[in-house]
Amino acid sequence: MSTTPAPARRAGPEDERPHPLPGSGGRPAGADHPGAADSTDHTDSTGTPPSGHRTRVARATALTIGLLAALVATALAAASIGAYQIPFADVIASVSHRLGAGGRELDRVAESVLWNVRLPRVVLALLVGASLGCAGALMQGVFGNPLAEPGVIGVSAGAAVGAVAAIAFGLTVFGNWTVAVCAFLTGLATVLLVYALSRSGGRTEVVTLILTGVAVNAFAGALIGLSIFFADNAQLTEITFWQLGSLAQATWPKVLAVLPAAVIGLVAAPWYARKLDLLALGEKPARHLGVDVERLRISLVLVVALLTAAAVAVAGIITFVGLLVPHLLRMIAGPGHRFLVPGSALAGALVLLAADLAARTIAAPAELPLGVLTALIGSPFFFWLLRRTRRRQGGWA
Amino acid sequence: MTIDQVITRLLGNRAVSPPKPHAPGAVLAEAREVSLRLGERPVLDGVSLAVRTGEVLALVGPNGAGKSTLLAALSADLTVDSGEVLIDGRPAAGWSTRDLALRRSVLPQAATLSFPFLVDEVVRMGRAPWAGTAAEDEDETAVAEAMAATEVTRFAARSFSALSGGEKARVALSRVLAQRTSLLLLDEPTAALDLRHQELVLTICRERAAAGDAVVVVVHDLGLAAAYADRVAVLAGGRIAGDGPPAETLTPELLSDVYHHPVEVLAHPDTGVLLILPVRQAR
Repeated sequence: MSTTPAPARRAGPEDERPHPLPGSGGRPAGADHPGAADSTDHTDSTGTPPSGHRTRVARATALTIGLLAALVATALAAASIGAYQIPFADVIASVSHRLGAGGRELDRVAESVLWNVRLPRVVLALLVGASLGCAGALMQGVFGNPLAEPGVIGVSAGAAVGAVAAIAFGLTVFGNWTVAVCAFLTGLATVLLVYALSRSGGRTEVVTLILTGVAVNAFAGALIGLSIFFADNAQLTEITFWQLGSLAQATWPKVLAVLPAAVIGLVAAPWYARKLDLLALGEKPARHLGVDVERLRISLVLVVALLTAAAVAVAGIITFVGLLVPHLLRMIAGPGHRFLVPGSALAGALVLLAADLAARTIAAPAELPLGVLTALIGSPFFFWLLRRTRRRQGGWA
Repeated sequence: MTIDQVITRLLGNRAVSPPKPHAPGAVLAEAREVSLRLGERPVLDGVSLAVRTGEVLALVGPNGAGKSTLLAALSADLTVDSGEVLIDGRPAAGWSTRDLALRRSVLPQAATLSFPFLVDEVVRMGRAPWAGTAAEDEDETAVAEAMAATEVTRFAARSFSALSGGEKARVALSRVLAQRTSLLLLDEPTAALDLRHQELVLTICRERAAAGDAVVVVVHDLGLAAAYADRVAVLAGGRIAGDGPPAETLTPELLSDVYHHPVEVLAHPDTGVLLILPVRQAR
């Protein structure tokens, strides 16, 4: 092992790039040679390099703090606002009372609304949003493609097939967990299918990925349709709810049902961050840097299926959160997965909490389906993203 | 298996064995009678080649001669059909991915990146294999020195995607240097570079060899190979047509034969360095 790599070359006169003389009037060298664009020249062999990385880390830190603050504020608002208003102070008092940290109990109605209706819904929104955001970031990393997202490529629909079938055929094999387990199994099968179909020669082409998504979504839609055909009226209502995506039936048992899958997925995900960074170099370079690419991919596919299934099992199909959230974060704090993966979980939780709050207050006393709302906002963003990608690549490469 | 065990297994980080120092001239990688087919086409046919510390070995030869395939076999990217590849004294398949990453670094022909990482972030990726080892302390200096050596320090804060082809190639080389392995396998590191940076890259190769590393470099420019390599292996049709010091292997007869084009070899009047030119008609 050598510890003496090439020392920096002495910069002799012949080592310098040709420079336009000051005041010589000509075009700056940067105009035709991007390498000469910045004028802070000659730092090559001396001093500390200008680190954009540190800027990104600083931004990521600020963003994390901001997200956490916004999350607490939105959670408070979501617990307080609704048909039955509970003042912020009362929410805080009741929560700290139950945590044994002072506070006080509210009257019976307020206490019941807060603890049986609002809070399970808030917690569920946090879990589902975090799962979707995190799954989106992981999936984009695995595919090396910013357009990969559980909803877009059909994994959500695949997971929904299992869930809907479980409802329609009245399955209870796994008790309270039946729907979640079925969603996980079909979700996993779908991720594997999409992965196998859309990769060729170690790459995922945008067109192939999107078209695979179209096909998988269509097939899943047909299977869901088939389940609906066999369902009775009560099951039909439940299934419709699913397809639109909603948190309206949040209860503590539902929270418990998704908790393990979501928590395992969310805890495991950040561990893969550094390897995902390396994967951006391509499969072979990642392997040259010590990443067992096959194992990484299989592990991540499992984690994505776990997170997506957790979300879909309780909330139905909610698209675009996993697409939009990692993308925005990447624009602000760069593509490094050490921030992106946990950051997307935080931002996903925030987005879904805010969207759910909007869904149940905008048209009160009626309630908009959450999945409809996220799709309404998310689809135009997706269009924009597609067009931008197309412009950059100069075609559908 | 409990969920805990499954997770531990999935996340599992097996112990690594950092490489030991090598004596000068030690064989770091070796192909023994290696044959390899890609699809139906035989690409390597009974190739034997040893890569030693302290030496720059240039792989030259016409397009499709098997240079990149041989490099891929030496870097344990491809499994050979017959014969054997040894890396640091052990069959290539006997190493874990991580252990290999501590022993050899590879520069691919084309540098790609799926997401807009910054240049210093890309170079820092070269340090990944050393995470958790004692050498982790060298991270900062390794990155800074690698960037200085390849003259990319001043675009450290720029996005890799915004660089020109030649700049990307130098950043990719910088990442490989930052990995600080004693075996460097470079596939056409000079392809996208201007004249000055071609010389720079091969000077770096020389310096690494002088520091006791083994460097294998695929080049098309025979003049560069003649000027900088300690040894040149000429490949043609998946076989080694010549292997030895530049003056012995880069002969007009051999080169004219393998390139199917008349080639002349001259000595520079002042330095005596070999100049290798295709024979051209006067106009």
